[in-house]
Amino acid sequence: MAKISFILNEEKRSVEVEPNQTLLDVLRDKLGVKSPKCGCDRGDCGACAVLLNGRSVRSCLILAVEVEGQEVRTLEGISQPKLTQLQENFVAMNSFQCGFCTPGVIITATELLEKNPHPDLAEIQEALSGNLCRCTGYKPIFEAILKTAKRGRS
Amino acid sequence: MSEYKFVGKPEIRIDGREKVSGAAVYVDDLDFGPNLLYAEIVGSTQAHALIKKIDVRAALKVEGVVKVFTGKDFPYQFGLYVQDRYIFAQDRVRFVGEQVAAVIGRTPQAAKRGAQLVKVEYEPLPAVFNQMEALAEKSVLLHPQMGEYSHVPWFYPQPGTNIAHWRKTRKGDLEKGFQEADLILEDEYHVPRYAHCALETHVAIGKYDLSGRLTVWSSSQSPHTQRNLFAEALGPLGLTHKDIRVITPHVGGGFGGKAGVTMEIIPAALATKLPGYAVKLRWTREQEFINTYQRLGVVAKIKVGVKKDGTITALDHKLYWDAGAYVEYGANVVNAVGLSAIGPYRIPNVSIDSVCVYTNLPPGGPYRGFGYSEMLFGLESHMTRIAKKLGMDEVQFRLKNAIREGDTTAYGVPMNPNGLIECIEKAAKAIDWNKKIVSKDPRKVIGKGFSLFWKAPAMPPNASSSAFLKFNEDGSINLIISGMDIGQGYQTVMAQIAAEILSVPPSKIRVETPDTDRNPYEWQTVASHITWGSGNAVKKAALDAKEQILSLVERVFCLPKDQLYLEDEAVKCTSRKNFCLPLKDFVVNGIMQLDGTYKGGPINGRGMFLPEFSSANCDPETSQGGHPNVHYTVGAGALLLEIDQETGKMRVLKAAEAIDAGQAINPDLIKGQIVGGLMQGLATVLYEDMRYDDKGKLLNPNFTDYKIPTALDVPDEIIPIIVEVPQPDGPFGARGIGEHTMLPAAPMIANAIEDALNIRLKEMPLTAEKVALAVVHKSKSKPKNKDK
Repeated sequence: MAKISFILNEEKRSVEVEPNQTLLDVLRDKLGVKSPKCGCDRGDCGACAVLLNGRSVRSCLILAVEVEGQEVRTLEGISQPKLTQLQENFVAMNSFQCGFCTPGVIITATELLEKNPHPDLAEIQEALSGNLCRCTGYKPIFEAILKTAKRGRS
Repeated sequence: MSEYKFVGKPEIRIDGREKVSGAAVYVDDLDFGPNLLYAEIVGSTQAHALIKKIDVRAALKVEGVVKVFTGKDFPYQFGLYVQDRYIFAQDRVRFVGEQVAAVIGRTPQAAKRGAQLVKVEYEPLPAVFNQMEALAEKSVLLHPQMGEYSHVPWFYPQPGTNIAHWRKTRKGDLEKGFQEADLILEDEYHVPRYAHCALETHVAIGKYDLSGRLTVWSSSQSPHTQRNLFAEALGPLGLTHKDIRVITPHVGGGFGGKAGVTMEIIPAALATKLPGYAVKLRWTREQEFINTYQRLGVVAKIKVGVKKDGTITALDHKLYWDAGAYVEYGANVVNAVGLSAIGPYRIPNVSIDSVCVYTNLPPGGPYRGFGYSEMLFGLESHMTRIAKKLGMDEVQFRLKNAIREGDTTAYGVPMNPNGLIECIEKAAKAIDWNKKIVSKDPRKVIGKGFSLFWKAPAMPPNASSSAFLKFNEDGSINLIISGMDIGQGYQTVMAQIAAEILSVPPSKIRVETPDTDRNPYEWQTVASHITWGSGNAVKKAALDAKEQILSLVERVFCLPKDQLYLEDEAVKCTSRKNFCLPLKDFVVNGIMQLDGTYKGGPINGRGMFLPEFSSANCDPETSQGGHPNVHYTVGAGALLLEIDQETGKMRVLKAAEAIDAGQAINPDLIKGQIVGGLMQGLATVLYEDMRYDDKGKLLNPNFTDYKIPTALDVPDEIIPIIVEVPQPDGPFGARGIGEHTMLPAAPMIANAIEDALNIRLKEMPLTAEKVALAVVHKSKSKPKNKDK
């Protein structure tokens, strides 16, 4: 066991972890942060995506000890103090169905819009290509991101 | 239809904020504290073998391992339609990955380490991985005791063979039909197995408390059916329905894979041996591929006869299904197709044989489309080919033969009202069917593909739904039902139905996920029957509540009930314009009288629905005489496919899908189903394929090797088209559409490939590699033909 400290959704957290524990398992099982989901446990699906220092990473491929002293943001952090315009547009455009991939998709889309506030469709597709969604056929997700980007422009 | 206030409107989903904020709770998100134990499964390494010995000594020595269980601990069988499945393998294993033992650990790591140390000694038996070989007389038998399995009365197993069920449908005079034909086309089509790939893997937690009560939290489409099957299988332990509670939080995708019972029985059973603890089993992605249900593979032999004018005279359709090691659910896929393999066509002379064959591959089971996707790949490929041979436009050929209201189905029941003709015309128009489109890139060609589709809910004739509805003090509503929102938007649609009757907006109606202790019965969220069946129950519950409200107001205010109506969350009266009694003023606390007493009290509605006209009784040799299907939902799809002739890479430029929803309760959600479902269908034809080695081991049990579509793989344009020819017995005329949306994808692609390249591919999937190789083969064989 090693004690690590890091910033989680703007709060300082310290936790004892095994050296081989993934960030995903520590977030979910030790810190009660459940929005990152385990869909494949090998980096294929993107359901466990979180923001590490503002960049999206698959938390199933990161060891918890690696985030010592760094900043992690999950969907719980993004949703406070209120839902973002992107999240509101996900609701308005039915950009989710079962909702299981949604936390990871919103993390990826949030990162995209932070870096590139006005992406075109091809840039959105490229950014989302590591997030698998079996329900929506992706198009409604593109629409919510495009709508958010358009609004940001005006 | 436009007079509705909430039905037919694109209401936003009532589970939206929960799901986009991360608040939605799925089974794996539940905490059980330090009394949680973890189960790890020891899977069979053999496709077919007798179990000689299981040595658990080394596993028990691992620190943190609590116990090891094997088949001896649970000598019980279960299954939805046939009881051919075991909680753990008994004396023999029948597929690679089948559960042989479970190691219980205090941590997942301890359980896993223990499972690696369990030694199983097998005596290998010959294994069969192909249904055609399993049908051979000398094939090894998977279930020598088949004759002893209990099954529903409408299944016809053939003990002494590997045939678990054989559905025969006969209509008219087949021989005469082929004699009348001017042209007969006969061919064979192959469809492999597929995986559902819901993003959430199966997970369940069983807890057997010290009072003898079993609670199971499970990721399921079927809480009540699970409780029923748990009670049946674990009945010998003294458990009854009352003692078992199934709680189903949000489900991370189902597609049929989480219908019925698969792995959930394992933690349920294990818990009974570990009183006081909770026992968790979560499938890894690899286990999810191997040991839940898979879509059945099929070999279809089709023979169609037509007259010169395009009239279809006869169809002989034989379907041989690779149903896997256990067919307790999969056999009903075979049954459903055996009744409906004429497709949405008017055909006077029909013979269908749909044969369910045991193989040493993982259990086949329900998958969105329930066999119709597989059946339509062959049939709709065949129909296009016939039309071309006749020199007829394939859309005109389909219009000529399309089934219409009142035409008889293969089993003799009249076809329900439907908008198939309108669907065909609209889908064709959406992609400019008659306009020739040529690619500007000389390497690329563009083809057009078309397909019809139909599907009926496949369910027992007494599959029922029910609903409770209770008002709260502020006039808001809790709608208590047991269908699952597996992503399709069920909760929202049910809220819209209740809203319409009670004039309360859907935003003021809460629908929670089910708990079998508290929510009323629902058979399962499958078969695309839930908008129709559960919708009817919800409508009746709302009408029951409305009746209570209006009766109370009639009694208290002495106003005639037939003049009272609900509008804007209040009771109003046609004869007294000023009368307006807000629901929130009385639906819980009653109406105060002048003397200070109250009349009325909490308004609680209830409703139930069972299709009383449905019957599975029929002649086993012809399938005539019953009413096995409640109705069909129909539609048509058309697409433009661009093909790179050098690489075979295909891109869908435009796809249109028209579907007859009867009445769209929420058109936006239907469009969501069309886009998502079509994508899932395109995936089965363009990318996905389960590959097994010659020992029956799945070679691609992960998303690296089993490719599901990414954001880069979507069609350029999808045009969803909703047609509305009301279903007379549906809520506001609605019928289900969820599964149907993926049905036309595969034949549309096959037909577009032929249109573009004059190459007919008959074995799914139709990958870029296959197309490229076929192009090479064709160009090589052409000059040879010239020489001759």
